[in-house]
Amino acid sequence: MTLHSPLHEEHVRLGATMVDFAGWQMPVRYAGDTVEHVAVRTAAGLFDLSHMGEIMVRGPQAAEALDFATVGRISAVTLWGAKYTMLCHPEGGVVDDVVVYRRDWDHFMVVANAANKDVVVDELIDRLEGFDAWVEDFTPGIALIAVQGPASAAIVMAMCELGAGDIESMKYYSASNVLLTGGIHAFVARTGYTGEDGFELYVNAADAVQTWRLALALGEPAGLVPCGLSARDSLRLEAGMPLYGHELSRDTNPIEAGLGRIIQWGTDEAPRGDFVGRPALEKVREQGPLKVLTGLVGTGKRSARTGYAVMDGSDNQVGIVTSGAPSPTLGAPIAMAYVPPALAAPGTELHVDVRGRHEQMTTTALPFYQRGA
Amino acid sequence: MANIPDELLYSAEHEWVAGEPTVGAVVTVGITEHAAEALGDIVYVEAPQVGDTVTAGEVCGELESTKAVSELYSPVTGTVMDINGELDSAPGAINADAYGDGWIFKVEVTAKPKDLLGSEAYAAITD
Repeated sequence: MTLHSPLHEEHVRLGATMVDFAGWQMPVRYAGDTVEHVAVRTAAGLFDLSHMGEIMVRGPQAAEALDFATVGRISAVTLWGAKYTMLCHPEGGVVDDVVVYRRDWDHFMVVANAANKDVVVDELIDRLEGFDAWVEDFTPGIALIAVQGPASAAIVMAMCELGAGDIESMKYYSASNVLLTGGIHAFVARTGYTGEDGFELYVNAADAVQTWRLALALGEPAGLVPCGLSARDSLRLEAGMPLYGHELSRDTNPIEAGLGRIIQWGTDEAPRGDFVGRPALEKVREQGPLKVLTGLVGTGKRSARTGYAVMDGSDNQVGIVTSGAPSPTLGAPIAMAYVPPALAAPGTELHVDVRGRHEQMTTTALPFYQRGA
Repeated sequence: MANIPDELLYSAEHEWVAGEPTVGAVVTVGITEHAAEALGDIVYVEAPQVGDTVTAGEVCGELESTKAVSELYSPVTGTVMDINGELDSAPGAINADAYGDGWIFKVEVTAKPKDLLGSEAYAAITD
């Protein structure tokens, strides 16, 4: 069964090239990957992310339940705050990486990847057993529209009937309820997946078209363009952000992925109890990871792509590429790859087998791109 | 919808052929607008070299876009007479003008091609 975003007709009307993505028909591009990518780096881009899963966790023990279910201390998230975290398997591998928003003292929204949404719902139901908390999947009823780029704050403020001040003063990784022009209620978060300033607007699916058109109308004079999944992928790659199924999987733990910082072990002052995966992850922390995620930058024109072998100077395979593309911002091929820790030091010369020919690539610290202050 | 000019011939692998591909004739080859749209912004073209022998239906190069890599197939059998050197510095010509400035190589045909499609038949496989 193919799922359609409430904005499907808008994409078709805008001439988008549609692709199947995690069971959804979604726009991969409108005018072109590079112009969309550059628009987000220099002005703004508009994304339909309605395929993402919105899972509500509610109840008097919702916070404690999420402390157990994820590697993050969700109970410490303040009202309207957000946290990037993960659900891990008992063996330490990643179930999904998610953003958790606190919408009330007893109400959290867990935003999951489309491909993992059902798994996350099932895992949460299992992990909440014994807690006074429950799980509801709101995905079909919610549209997610992102406005990303340096012009995004001005555009989202202009979209507000009530709450523009909240947008202006909103800190990164926090959120607010606002009223958009036309009486549309929106939950707006200053979050994103592009490496730029940006906002994600959660609205009722019935308000999606009106919200999308409002953003386009107010944003286009500022340089906003609709962007597809292709630009989203190249933007997140430059920003060194992991994508489930590429950098993250059941066979990869957060420490290997360079995201050990999101595991909140607890401190002497604020100890933390058990969470799913803790014993396995403690072992990785003590023994060190067997592989680590590194950036690779090439000098040629041919890009390393997902699954390509990383080779050392003696032509032995030492790692594997998880994502790769020509970087519009750097003007060079970039990739992320897992390699042994000994080969991950920035500046290490490696080779990638690009369809039978070896291309030289140099390890570099992530991210490849960081926006100016 | 992608443009499919009537005067060209097409391969099932989404290449176009300009000129009557009779033995001894030189035809021009590129990829269709449909293929260019599916690939996205093309950033690198590896075309065959002048003098190379290419065979209909066989890989003779590659096209790389921001999103994907695709093999380039030759729609005809023959000898490569010319390649579009402009694509080295401006591969985006394939996206901007797939049937004009985005041509990729020219071939002197040495065998009569069997499986080329007219515009209507090609349109039917791109639906």
